[in-house]
Amino acid sequence: MTQIKLLLGDEAIAEGALQAGIKGVYAYPGTPSTEITEYIQHAAAARDNGIHCTWSSNEKTAMEAALGMSYAGCRSMVCMKHVGMNVAADAFVNAAMTGVNGGMVVVAADDPSMHSSQNEQDSRFYGKFAMIPILEPSTQQEAYEMAVYAFALSERENLPVLLRITTRLAHSRAAVRIRAGRTEPAKRPVADDPSSWVLLPANARRKNAALTEKQTRLELLSGENPLFKVLLSERPSGKGIVTCGTGYNYVMENGAVEAGFHLMKIAQYPVPTERVREFAGRCGSILVVEDGQPFLEEQLRGIVGGGYPLKGRLTGDLPRTGELNPDNVAAAMGIEKSPVLRVPEGVVPRPPALCQGCGHRDVYIALNKVLADYPAAKVFADIGCYTLGALPPFCAIDTCVDMGASITMAKGAADTGLHPAVAVIGDSTFTHSGMTGLLDAVNDKADITVVISDNLTTAMTGGQDSAGTSRFEAICVALGVEKEHVRVVVPLAKNMDEITRTIREEIDYRGVSVIIPRRECIQTLARKRRREMSKNNQETAK
Amino acid sequence: MKKDIILSGVGGQGILSIATIIGDAATSAGLNLKQAEVHGMSQRGGEVESGLRLSDTEIHSDLVPLGAADIILSMEPMEALRYLPFLHEGGFVVTSSSPFRNIDPYPEEAVRAALAGLDRVITLDLDGITRTNAIPQSANVVLLGAAAGIIGILSPEQLQQSIRNIFAAKGERVVEMNLKAFEIGREYGGRQ
Ligand code: SF4
Repeated sequence: MTQIKLLLGDEAIAEGALQAGIKGVYAYPGTPSTEITEYIQHAAAARDNGIHCTWSSNEKTAMEAALGMSYAGCRSMVCMKHVGMNVAADAFVNAAMTGVNGGMVVVAADDPSMHSSQNEQDSRFYGKFAMIPILEPSTQQEAYEMAVYAFALSERENLPVLLRITTRLAHSRAAVRIRAGRTEPAKRPVADDPSSWVLLPANARRKNAALTEKQTRLELLSGENPLFKVLLSERPSGKGIVTCGTGYNYVMENGAVEAGFHLMKIAQYPVPTERVREFAGRCGSILVVEDGQPFLEEQLRGIVGGGYPLKGRLTGDLPRTGELNPDNVAAAMGIEKSPVLRVPEGVVPRPPALCQGCGHRDVYIALNKVLADYPAAKVFADIGCYTLGALPPFCAIDTCVDMGASITMAKGAADTGLHPAVAVIGDSTFTHSGMTGLLDAVNDKADITVVISDNLTTAMTGGQDSAGTSRFEAICVALGVEKEHVRVVVPLAKNMDEITRTIREEIDYRGVSVIIPRRECIQTLARKRRREMSKNNQETAK
Repeated sequence: MKKDIILSGVGGQGILSIATIIGDAATSAGLNLKQAEVHGMSQRGGEVESGLRLSDTEIHSDLVPLGAADIILSMEPMEALRYLPFLHEGGFVVTSSSPFRNIDPYPEEAVRAALAGLDRVITLDLDGITRTNAIPQSANVVLLGAAAGIIGILSPEQLQQSIRNIFAAKGERVVEMNLKAFEIGREYGGRQ
């Protein structure tokens, strides 16, 4: 029995994982991956089967918990945005060394064109680096199928499997055929093999040799993936296309096969070298169409050799950076398009902004007021809605680099004598990666002022629970910040005098101080109100 | 048959609800559908866009190609204009004429002139309409109503049914309000 559902790529992966009988999903919210975990959190199947699905503090804790679940013999999934892979990299790469017991699937959602991210890194490089199989779906249906397949593959090969998607698939909706029911994976005993799981050098060397030796086999498997395809044109022009992921959709949209292109669609990595070599032999030239960095193109260059006419992002036939779309792919295929309407004069960009009434606004107004008296001040900010404080009218922050960097960069700068060094970090980002940095600052008695702008939620990604809610004062004091220098204010215009006074006092204190402006995100607040209202509505209707 | 629709507006204006209604109708009618959404940072009062593709044959690309859209359906006049390169020659623009002024200066005159210069355009004073009819929450459904006559691949009745399906969970009052909004939109759309 199948059922048809209209699903985002993210949601299709969640369905696949539920189908495969996972025991838990571990994740930290991050666009465009958030909806995978949210879908499982709302699924009846998750409640009925006691599937773990609460948020983790960060991607590393998530990855390790997933590995622990696998160790205990159950299927686990861990989801993150591409930059989350950096946070989890230590656990990820070493999970390839230990191998798995229950199937373990890592989902990385890349963000070409940086719709909601600070870089364009391509997670496939991580998969190759860890030497594990990578799956790359093209459509929502394939996302579902591959998620199911990934767990079986992981258990068969005794390795974690990376499922790589991009924003366009993650956040696009289409009908997906879902098979009814849930597979009960074969029961596995808890792992009992310290020689695999204790990565002492002697064990690690052996595991490394085994993993390296497995690569040839993994390549063969990539060529046998049911979603790997070779489509031969009936009117061959001598030109070929090798594509993967969403790139395949754009190539098909432009009628590649009818236009005379032979087509190869890669669904799994490591790249199936022999299949590629054979395909290249059938074509006089190859265009590589892939969303993300030229991962495939670089490897194909190695396979076909320097003299072979290979085109793609590196040759400028496709844009070197940014997302693919049907139009830039058409151009690379040599398809002429008629001219289109222009955007009229006067239409200007509309950048995002902090919501009207948001507490972060009051924080920046206060900071700007105070820091006007300290021309040498630098504000080291972090990742979240409050990064928008960089834009007018606030122009209030000087840096934003990675999760948690506010506190540690402020500390490093303060170590040179820079004063005032102010860190601005959100509540959720603080528990993600700020706490350890604060400990460094305390241990060195660094002269920094940390503002933990607490809106009681993970707002940027849509209002998920934040790991430290209602415990921030206790956490800071426990890390060694002096009690009298942990100050709480309510960021509202009417409290402006108190807020600016507090900031001034803590800047003038030449040690670690923490100011916590605390007021709920007005979006989560409004959502709560709406939920209550519609509940009341329904009750009156009854 | 196939229809490509660009939905646009400012983050928070409810364009995804329009997509949800059309999506439900399309699935019930057995059509193929692809809908590319925007989540994340741009939802904070920035420009947002969602491409909606409906077809009785297979759809490959999640994104609408340039010059391919049949309709631009916009909750905000400048946001309608931003996506004109996606419209094909005979395509329609259906848009609110009420500016969302969260940028300074807002190019009032340029926007008005550009809209007036379009061949096939339906404009609605959504702020005024929702105020007079006391349906402040349903501006997006008024807009959908105004476009109902030109979507073609789905009938107004099919869309009505989907409004019922989608809002049912929120109670009968909300369903009625949105059906009313849809009718008001149809009337305005029919006049232009
Ligand atoms: S979503 Fe919440 S935290 Fe983010 S800008 Fe809006 S009110 Fe502020």
